[in-house]
Amino acid sequence: MNSTHYLIAGASHAGLEAIHRIRLIDETATITVVTRDARLPYSPTILPYVVSGQSDPDRVVLRNADYFKNLNINLITGDELVAIDEANKQVTLQSGDQWHYEKLLLATGADPIIPPIPGLSEASFHVLRTMQDAINLRTHAGSAKTAIVLGAGLIGMHGAENLRHAGLDVTIVEMCDQVLPGYFDTRAASVIQTAFNSNGITMLMGSRVVKVEQQAQSCQVTLENGNSITADLLLVATGVKPKLDYLKGTSVQVEEGILVDRNMRTDAPAIWAAGDVAQAADFYQDKKVMMGILPDAVTQGAIAAMDMSEDYTLQPYTGGVPINTYTFFGQQAISVGQCMADDQSEELTQVDDDNHRYLKILLKDNQLQGISSINEEMDAGVMWQLILRKIDLTSVKDAFIARPLETGRALMSSTWR
Amino acid sequence: MTAYNTITFDPSRCKSCNDCDACMTACSQIKSGTDDLLYSRIKIIAGMNGSLPELALCRQCGDPECTKSCPSTALTKNEQTGVIDWDKSLCIDCLLCTVGCTYGGITYNMTLNHVAKCDMCDGDPACVKACPSGALSYVTSAGIFNDQHDREDLFVPGLSACQGCNSEMIMRHSLRKVGPDTVLATPPGCIPGMGSVGFNGTTGTKVPVFHPLLTNTASMLAGLKKQYNRMGRNVTAMALAGDGGAGDVGFQSLSGAAERNDQILFIVVDNEGYMNTGMQASGSTSYGSWTTTTPVGSEMKGKRTNQKNLAMIMMNHNCEYVATASTAFVEDYYEKLDKALAASERGFAYLHIYSPCPTGWRFPSSQTIEVCRKGVETNFAPLWEYERGGELRFTHSIDDPLPVEAYLNLSGKYRHVSEEQLQHIQEQVNERVKTLKRFAGLN
Ligand SMILES: Cc1cc2nc3c(=O)[nH]c(=O)nc-3n(C[C@H](O)[C@H](O)[C@H](O)COP(=O)(O)OP(=O)(O)OC[C@H]3O[C@@H](n4cnc5c(N)ncnc54)[C@H](O)[C@@H]3O)c2cc1C
Ligand code: SF4
Ligand code: SF4
Repeated sequence: MNSTHYLIAGASHAGLEAIHRIRLIDETATITVVTRDARLPYSPTILPYVVSGQSDPDRVVLRNADYFKNLNINLITGDELVAIDEANKQVTLQSGDQWHYEKLLLATGADPIIPPIPGLSEASFHVLRTMQDAINLRTHAGSAKTAIVLGAGLIGMHGAENLRHAGLDVTIVEMCDQVLPGYFDTRAASVIQTAFNSNGITMLMGSRVVKVEQQAQSCQVTLENGNSITADLLLVATGVKPKLDYLKGTSVQVEEGILVDRNMRTDAPAIWAAGDVAQAADFYQDKKVMMGILPDAVTQGAIAAMDMSEDYTLQPYTGGVPINTYTFFGQQAISVGQCMADDQSEELTQVDDDNHRYLKILLKDNQLQGISSINEEMDAGVMWQLILRKIDLTSVKDAFIARPLETGRALMSSTWR
Repeated sequence: MTAYNTITFDPSRCKSCNDCDACMTACSQIKSGTDDLLYSRIKIIAGMNGSLPELALCRQCGDPECTKSCPSTALTKNEQTGVIDWDKSLCIDCLLCTVGCTYGGITYNMTLNHVAKCDMCDGDPACVKACPSGALSYVTSAGIFNDQHDREDLFVPGLSACQGCNSEMIMRHSLRKVGPDTVLATPPGCIPGMGSVGFNGTTGTKVPVFHPLLTNTASMLAGLKKQYNRMGRNVTAMALAGDGGAGDVGFQSLSGAAERNDQILFIVVDNEGYMNTGMQASGSTSYGSWTTTTPVGSEMKGKRTNQKNLAMIMMNHNCEYVATASTAFVEDYYEKLDKALAASERGFAYLHIYSPCPTGWRFPSSQTIEVCRKGVETNFAPLWEYERGGELRFTHSIDDPLPVEAYLNLSGKYRHVSEEQLQHIQEQVNERVKTLKRFAGLN
């Protein structure tokens, strides 16, 4: 039986931040990282740019082999966690190897959801979560002329734009009436939609797919309204969901993801979870949510590691705040925190349609609840901290509303030194 | 650990300039060839509700969040320079780095269509050169720390100095630099008190160390040095003494050694009093200071007499080398230590280091260096050096000093100081500078 003090499953943003943090305070304990992917770590966020050819797969390695060697970390690639025996603190990998651990971090991310559309499972389609997915999609895009993208969430939108950059005619099919729901209100979403339309992407909003049929070289998609469209290539981007088969027989509690407390502990002893796989506290309400964004995976990975390594500087998780910095066709949509007002919040909007600019600030009790903008300069990190730290804006409110960027910078700068 | 050079910002100096924007213009010019401040990667922001200006600038973090949020590896910390480098060819303009950064250090530029951040101009920052008030400075002392890192710390770990003690820092830095071929004298005071001479038969110092009387430090060192010379061994005879041990009780032997120009490196760590025995006043204690022997009550308001200026007295011995130094200006100190060490081969070298004491002076232990810095910047503790036969030379500008309050306000020992006392202290500072200037051949 192999043995390791720390066992980290997953070598992406959450897992990598965790090993970094552990090594900061524990130079000697054994650390083993196991990842399903055969490649050195990379970010799923980069994949659309691999599809368009902008990013070279070999140049976006997050940590090279020397990094693991120098920190004396055992990296196992191309093997997968398949079972956990929590009583004996043991895991089994796909290869049959078994590992004994003292502390286990689950940072296995999420996998694409394949919706139960009749015919879809028999058709040949693409998803976008791994480098191999991206390379396959890029190869196919090289010979394809048309593409259909199911879903107008982050992955679908990034995927569609980059397929367009690769020269394809692209159609997006989305059930909701707006793109990127949850991050942007309808007004902001419509600016984004307009940009997609004017760049030659067809947007079929509020459309439900009822059937998919594979044809010789193409794929036919039938919509609820009876219309059908055909394309050489189909990309399914209808959301993600953690794959948790390895939890069978454990006491780890699960809803949509692995339920964790504010120190990223699961309900099972000596097991933590972080990143896209975890369902952790929300910032605004007393509930647990799936975040599915990169900065949060980093934060959660750090917290889990600090708890695991008994780092006394640990600050428990303050809760997830939605953040989206979205660049599309050279424009920027940025959203930090809530994007829709509720009855207690104060909403301030500035619209400049001619210049495609838009700014919306939501305040509650003179604290920032959320801010979203299109084509405005915005320091997302500064806004994030204003929300997380519940900074009282009473004395600077007018200035903040008039000049959120400068005022936010001044406030955060004053917390330094 | 490697230390790196860094840009520092003093908002109180910046404020006096009233939005000159010189740094931002310089940055826009050098990075984008325009005067449009939007292109500047350093942003001075007016303080909120009349408070001091603030700074949005990349802090070149030690554990940077921007790099962790970057999916493309476009951002990396350069191990050599400490700068967070940005590689345009890798960047996908996702702006996730701007989520990581709390300080507006990396921001999107709408005209350039990508993010931009401070790259410290390859070690020669244009903003610093443009700043007319000295609010921005480029601190390059990191090199010293990196060089010294490889040398052995010749004191044992775990000396029991107070938290934030400046003297411990001075001792460790100085002996590390002077090196192992040294015989060290530590007369009674904080320095032996914290354990450098040792306890129970074990020593706290990795070179021969002894504990002379307060009265005979310099004469014992003089004799030791002579004996080593006779044996043909080149050994540095070094003292680490407090201001009381040097300037009051030990003055007779100190003055004698300086007069004879004996080959000694005599370092005085001046914390303005007898701190280890319970904060009694010494001849170096400044006017108005609270100590346990110059208390504050209905009659007495701290020390009634002016401090004597031991460094100037030593200069008047016309010995080989005399200088003042401060730990807030380490580069300056290291240069002087080099000179003093060389001078001690020829004759008597004297270094006077201001050593604000968090415990005795009543300031938070995190503020030691700030108190040191303000001491120099108000001209309360000017930095100068003197070489035998030459003129006194200021090593930090004495022009445009801050008002002395900027220094006094930091320490509890001056808390009671009245308007008149303050005025007296300011006058004294001015006078002292005037005297020094005469020795420097100025005015
Ligand atoms: C196309 C795309 C675009 C995106 N764009 C953005 C964006 O603009 N902004 C943003 O904030 N976020 C974006 N995201 C989301 C972001 O990439 C994720 O939130 C982030 O990668 C989550 O990190 P993680 O470490 O939790 O999991 P993941 O990055 O999903 O990594 C999971 C790791 O676990 C490994 N693994 C999986 N199962 C197992 C197993 N059973 N055993 C061992 N190892 C396993 C995988 O190989 C991988 O190393 C995007 C995602 C995609 C796919
Ligand atoms: S950009 Fe921000 S997070 Fe990155 S090093 Fe600079 S200050 Fe730190
Ligand atoms: S904008 Fe560029 S540098 Fe910033 S996180 Fe994205 S890829 Fe990295």
